[in-house]
Amino acid sequence: MQRRSKFLKITGVLGFVFLYAPILSLVIFSFNESKLVTVWGGFSTKWYGELLRDPQILEAAWVSAKIAFVSASLAVTIGTVASFVLIRFAKFRTKSLLSMMITAPLVMPEVIIGLSLLLLFVAMQGLIGWPGNRGIMTIIIAHSTFGAAYAAVVIQSRLVDMDMSIEEAAQDLGAKPVRVFFDVTLPVIAPALVSAWLLAFTLSLDDLVVASFVSGPGASTLPMVIFSKVRLGVSPDVNALATVIIGLVSLGIIVSALQMSRSKRRL
Amino acid sequence: MSAAPDTGPSSRLPGGPMIGRVLERLGLGGRGLVIAIPTLWLLLFFLIPFLVVAKISLSEAAIARPPYLPVWEWVDGVLSVNLNFGNYLFLLEDPLYLSAYIESIKIAGISTFIALLIGYPMAYLIARSPENQRNLLLMLVVLPFWTSFLLRVYAWIGFLKANGIINNFLMWTGIIDEPLIMLQTDFAVYIGIVYSYLPFMILPLYANLVKLDQSYLEASADLGARPATTFLTVTLPLSASGIIAGCMLVFIPAVGEFVIPALLGGPDTLMIGRVLWDEFFSNRDWPIASAVAIVMLFVLVIPIMLLRKAQSADEGAS
Repeated sequence: MQRRSKFLKITGVLGFVFLYAPILSLVIFSFNESKLVTVWGGFSTKWYGELLRDPQILEAAWVSAKIAFVSASLAVTIGTVASFVLIRFAKFRTKSLLSMMITAPLVMPEVIIGLSLLLLFVAMQGLIGWPGNRGIMTIIIAHSTFGAAYAAVVIQSRLVDMDMSIEEAAQDLGAKPVRVFFDVTLPVIAPALVSAWLLAFTLSLDDLVVASFVSGPGASTLPMVIFSKVRLGVSPDVNALATVIIGLVSLGIIVSALQMSRSKRRL
Repeated sequence: MSAAPDTGPSSRLPGGPMIGRVLERLGLGGRGLVIAIPTLWLLLFFLIPFLVVAKISLSEAAIARPPYLPVWEWVDGVLSVNLNFGNYLFLLEDPLYLSAYIESIKIAGISTFIALLIGYPMAYLIARSPENQRNLLLMLVVLPFWTSFLLRVYAWIGFLKANGIINNFLMWTGIIDEPLIMLQTDFAVYIGIVYSYLPFMILPLYANLVKLDQSYLEASADLGARPATTFLTVTLPLSASGIIAGCMLVFIPAVGEFVIPALLGGPDTLMIGRVLWDEFFSNRDWPIASAVAIVMLFVLVIPIMLLRKAQSADEGAS
């Protein structure tokens, strides 16, 4: 028994080293003076300066942030409505269809999602002249669609756990369904909506494949710019960018963890 | 949750009760409207696109905008349909595609197995940890997932390349004299897939193992079974649905993976996601790319069904 738990602990530690070593190396070598990313040449922050002077990266980061913000908001809206309908509504004709469509994007390879949406946009342009040119708009539609699938997973599990008696109480007191939804259900599932929004935001910020398919010549997202840089080999300013992203993500997680524990205490 | 028809939320829509009544007549009053929003969105932007792909896979490539010939068109008031199965025949004839499918399944399968070997002990360890530590450990598993996927794959270039971290370390210790070639090999692709998708393996395994009734293990031990026997005959079979769910969650995206083989694989690492990408972006052959996608979907039907079955089995157990 003792030996087995020792074996488990060692694999556990090694597993976490495996998960974190690459991320740690990105951070360490972002402060490397040398242009050879993996050979230490002394401490320096010059790559961060380089990053700030690179208009292509800054522009792409701004485009990506805008897309992620709008598509996360849309994804949470669609995901919330879909989850509510699936969990709270009695049987309706298109229920199994909706349930299938909201989960399928989770297991669909990105290349297929990207290709199929692009072909749809091209076909629609031929039929009704919209979307005129592809870019931020088409990427937002694509990202909100698969973001909604992830958002729905988070929101559905919260709705299932939620105590339905408060909704019923509100209804018994004469509140109409819309009022019950906005005044009772939404505030209760709010923490799940925040997690879902953050998840959809991150997925959008991270996506290379789908965006590459549905984007037009005008819009390059951050992952597209990083990918074209990284394809040519390692470069230290990408490490600096990675460190900035890791820092922001950690900050976001700390803030949301604090908020979560505070809201738990309030309940 | 039913409202009397004349007091439904639709009567509060802008435009007053009249529009509300018209919408209701169309089956779109209140409840129907709420159902329609996500359903129509997903129909338009998820389901119909697949039909478009299926249609274009049956067309012929052309130098035009868009670069394919129409499958059907009206000529002098007659509908003429030109179905072209040539793309699928081409996939069968050219050994490149068949070997890319086989190679993708092989690489995804091996990576899934390695991820299971690493993920199972980790999930088991977390499930057996004191309750107050479990959430922290789970968060540590999920955290890397929140940082950019692309940048995490990029980090492995620095580890695996000829003058990278691993080779520098091994040469410094004197274990090897000249750098090992690891980058741009299938080995690098395995590592990249295992690394990127390990959380997807651990989470369903954990969810399953944490529910495992300890008394079965005690009963088995009381009856004289050694830990290894108990593990093989009790724990492993009971966690089967978690294993299947975890494996499919790694296998399915790995088959269609593009970024990992593009960054870590060599020029001869043929994975089907990469082939589709090249057909589309380099060759601009949209019909062939569509046919590749449709065949990929068929390859994934069985894994997706296995996943659904395992997930519903797990839900039934809880």
